[in-house]
Amino acid sequence: MNDLEALAESAIKAINDAVSLAALDDVRIEFLGKKGKITSLLKGLGKLASDDRPKAGAKINEAKETLQSLINTQKQSLEDTALDARMAEERIDVTLPGRNSAVGGLHPITRTMERIENFFTRAGYQVATGPEIEDDYHNFEALNIPAHHPARAMHDTFYIDPQTVLRTHTSPVQIRTMEHQQPPIRIICPGRVYRCDSDLTHTPMFHQVEGLVVDTDISFADLKGTVDQFLKAFFEADLPVRFRPSYFPFTEPSAEVDIQCANCLGEGCRICSRTGWLEVMGCGMVHPNVFDSCGVDTEEFTGFAFGMGVERLAMLRYGVTDLRMFFENDVRFLEQF
Amino acid sequence: MKFSELWLRECVSLDTDTSGLIARMTMAGLEVDGTEAAAAEFAGVVVAEIDSTEAHPQAENLNVCQVSVGDGAAVQVVCGAPNARPGLKVAFATVGSRLPGSVEIGQAELRGVSSFGMLCSAAELGLSEDDAGLLELPDDASIGANLRDSLQLDDTIIEVDLTPNRGDCLSILGLAREAAVLYETTYSIDAGEPVKSSIDMTFPVSLSAGEACPRYAGRVISGLDIGQATPSWMVEKLRRAGLRSIDAVVDVTNYVMLELGQPLHAFDLDKLQGGIDVRYAHNNESLELLGGTSVTLDTKTLVIADQSRPLALAGIMGGAGSGVSAKTTQVFLESAHFNPLVIAGKARQYALHTDSSHRFERGVDPQLPERALERATELLVAIAGGQVGPVSIQEDLSALPAQQNILFRKARLTQQLRLNFEDGIVANILTSLGIEVTDVTDEGWHCLTPSWRFDLSIEADLVEEVARIFGYDKLPVGTPSMPLQTAVDREVITPLSRLKKLMVGRDYREAVTYSFVDEALQQVVSPGVAGIPVTNPISADMNVMRTSLLPGLLAALKHNLNRQRSRLRLFEAGQCFQNGHAITHNELIAGVITGDRNPLGWTSQSEAVDFYDIKGDVEALLTLSGTFGRIVFEPEPHASLQPGQSLLIKDNRLNTVGYVGKLHPNIEKYLGVNQSIYVFELNLETVVRGELPKYVEITRFPSATRDIAVLVDPDVSFETLRDIIESSSVDSLTDLKVFDVYKGKHIENNRKSVALSLTFQHKSRTLSDEEVSLAIDIIVTALKEECSAQLRG
Ligand SMILES: [Zn+2]
Repeated sequence: MNDLEALAESAIKAINDAVSLAALDDVRIEFLGKKGKITSLLKGLGKLASDDRPKAGAKINEAKETLQSLINTQKQSLEDTALDARMAEERIDVTLPGRNSAVGGLHPITRTMERIENFFTRAGYQVATGPEIEDDYHNFEALNIPAHHPARAMHDTFYIDPQTVLRTHTSPVQIRTMEHQQPPIRIICPGRVYRCDSDLTHTPMFHQVEGLVVDTDISFADLKGTVDQFLKAFFEADLPVRFRPSYFPFTEPSAEVDIQCANCLGEGCRICSRTGWLEVMGCGMVHPNVFDSCGVDTEEFTGFAFGMGVERLAMLRYGVTDLRMFFENDVRFLEQF
Repeated sequence: MKFSELWLRECVSLDTDTSGLIARMTMAGLEVDGTEAAAAEFAGVVVAEIDSTEAHPQAENLNVCQVSVGDGAAVQVVCGAPNARPGLKVAFATVGSRLPGSVEIGQAELRGVSSFGMLCSAAELGLSEDDAGLLELPDDASIGANLRDSLQLDDTIIEVDLTPNRGDCLSILGLAREAAVLYETTYSIDAGEPVKSSIDMTFPVSLSAGEACPRYAGRVISGLDIGQATPSWMVEKLRRAGLRSIDAVVDVTNYVMLELGQPLHAFDLDKLQGGIDVRYAHNNESLELLGGTSVTLDTKTLVIADQSRPLALAGIMGGAGSGVSAKTTQVFLESAHFNPLVIAGKARQYALHTDSSHRFERGVDPQLPERALERATELLVAIAGGQVGPVSIQEDLSALPAQQNILFRKARLTQQLRLNFEDGIVANILTSLGIEVTDVTDEGWHCLTPSWRFDLSIEADLVEEVARIFGYDKLPVGTPSMPLQTAVDREVITPLSRLKKLMVGRDYREAVTYSFVDEALQQVVSPGVAGIPVTNPISADMNVMRTSLLPGLLAALKHNLNRQRSRLRLFEAGQCFQNGHAITHNELIAGVITGDRNPLGWTSQSEAVDFYDIKGDVEALLTLSGTFGRIVFEPEPHASLQPGQSLLIKDNRLNTVGYVGKLHPNIEKYLGVNQSIYVFELNLETVVRGELPKYVEITRFPSATRDIAVLVDPDVSFETLRDIIESSSVDSLTDLKVFDVYKGKHIENNRKSVALSLTFQHKSRTLSDEEVSLAIDIIVTALKEECSAQLRG
């Protein structure tokens, strides 16, 4: 029995001294392998008296189990150490920036137009587009703006030839839609428009989104509600909105729409020219002459139209103070969106 | 239009302050653009009378004046004004007073003579630019009164931005009429008795163009003393409306125009011959206008002529040859009605814009001419004296604008505004506006529009009037209830917004450039492509409509390169235009890149972009929309691109739909850029149209991949290799990728090595090694036979 104790003692020492998984495995084979020193003791049991055999066998097995357990523990410990060492080695500076993170950006005009389009398409409007070089008829005549009408002075027009213009608004898209489609109609018309004007607050090209709704019983109340909902949604704020009588040749009644100046909350400041209000849209009930030009029955159908300047809304939304920045394409500007 | 608030209040009593008035007008559709004080800040200036003047003993140009301010002793003031004279009422800045610009007036010694205050010119008080002499106050100005009270200077000038339909408000009369409606009160315009004619003198008038000028009132006033000064109250009212005082005749005609809205014209009677005829001009007749410019007339231009020549552009501007001058002693005063359609556009045609044309092209009340003529006579005679001839009126009644009969249906009003008005409210609004309700039936109101409202002709106009006066803010709010209709959503069309987002994801910034570009740049970028010129460009470098997005993008690129940004990636989508049988609109998308492939970073070397970067972007766009399979890349030249780094992009019918490559060095040179630029441009219509995905069963059997490298001559393209391999009848080949291209050392005869990865797979069984090897052999043999390829090591 002394053999067993001595063997076990030397095995324990060998296990504890093993510094690698391979060395530990060598120890296991030396003592517990098929031909191992402890395993061999079991083979020597035959030499003992039959009465002593069970007791001695049990002792040997007990020692085997103890040693196996010690090996397992030591193995775990060696593995942990090895893992720790590997992880320590793999340590990196996680504060360095990631790879290929550069993304571009949409132009703020597109961003604003998409926001407007999304609102109206959710409400069931279709997006309609049309040519930017228009004929005089669709840009003016059909919209109740005959030649020499004083209202033409409101549109400083670029001409290609006497009958062809750069569209001054996206309203011709409304005409083209009504020429081809009977009501009900519910469209918005986003796009570029042109006016021969260039100063601090005007660029010769800008963007509009216009809308048109025509059906059997469309009222000014519907217009007010639609515009009010849109503006509150666009600015994500419960802004006071007001409608003022105005004049457009293609609508009657007509209105300008103001929102309360968010900068001064209506008190009056430089941004709102001390009025407390900011003009953001024009709108009105479709003029019967416009329906007549498009073959829409003015007794059966009524409708409203509205229009807004995209740059104006983008300036208010993002706090842009210089209109001309939109067309300089300076990346220091573009990168802000 | 600018007007004096006090003048308006003289005509209508308004129970509100200035800001209340402004708000009410704005909410009624007469938008107030701004206000200004009628006079600058000054204090302590009183009305005084010059008792005596005496030459200054030491200074030739100065007078020593004794002035009285009404409280006893005269005050001594030294003054250099040429018009200082005994009996004159003047503006006197007393010692301690403050003039505009915070100028304090104190006691002074002027070359040995004490001066207790200052006599003021209009300029010194900030009332006008006139600094030639003292401001002369009317004889009835009360001595000692504060000048601000005396001239009613505590007034506000209100600028109202009238919409083109409200020509009726271009006068105090019109504004008072409107204000009376808004404040539910009455208005009246001051008008004296018509002046009785004292002489029989007339001047003959005939209307050859009666439809253009259906009413023409005129009269002769003789014996005028035109040198008489316009009274300060009139000068002040003119000034507050933005008009300068000229002489008695011009001031009176301007005053009446402001007061009543009727433009008038005065001819120097001595310069007229025969009689007046209102007619259309003869072709190429010429007329020298007041101010000296000459215009050549056409037959659509209405003129006032005498028997020998045109005298005036009717309703727009008088001629130099017949105008009133300092020598004028007798005038023929014209007060006419012109058809707005005849005047409209004419001022613009002759590059003129006058107060008169502004009113006539919007419509002036045809009832006004005679009234305005009487008013002008009264005022003119009061200033300049003279004998008055009888009023003569020529008219063509059939051509006078008719007042409109409109049936205003209750049902329509209710439908349009979604509000049931009490009948009384509507009738009140209509009548207060001067709309005569001739009958009321169950159906609605039968209305006759007033002569001054040219903008009321249909029912919808009356709906607006009721809404406007009732108040837009009080009208109900709703939302449309319409049948739910959903439009067809074509899945094979990729929305532009998705393509844009892909570009953004690939590190492009979206640009928005002007649709008109510099023709010279466009010609360099797209030689031989016919651009469409703009007749009236805003500037010479924006004179032609773009045929391509590149000129705009390249200009934007340059703008940023000039600002120390060398790595740029921009794209734009939009309409481009070309001239053919008709103008064509093409929706294009284009991109430009230059500089380093990646932003400066620590993970990669900085390396400039090349052809394959931008080609990859194009391939990604085509892949996203599902178009890639139907697109053919042809290595062909393009005018914008450097030969040898240029691909035309064609659809499956071999129509060119775009191009990609390196910008031609000549264009880089023209731009003054010395780094390589890569560009692409694609026709959007082709790009967005893809195909519906169609499911193909995924095979369960494993695939086998083999890599080979072949040596080929340098001009054998990858496409050639791919075509040979794909047509080598190896059915089990499912994928072919190139993973290395190498030229240089260790390769003989200048050949290049192309490494290919080939993947094989069978639908119904696992391929054996032998089968894969056999397939490779077939491919290698084909390559050898068709392009002398050698299998590498
Ligand atoms: Zn404000």
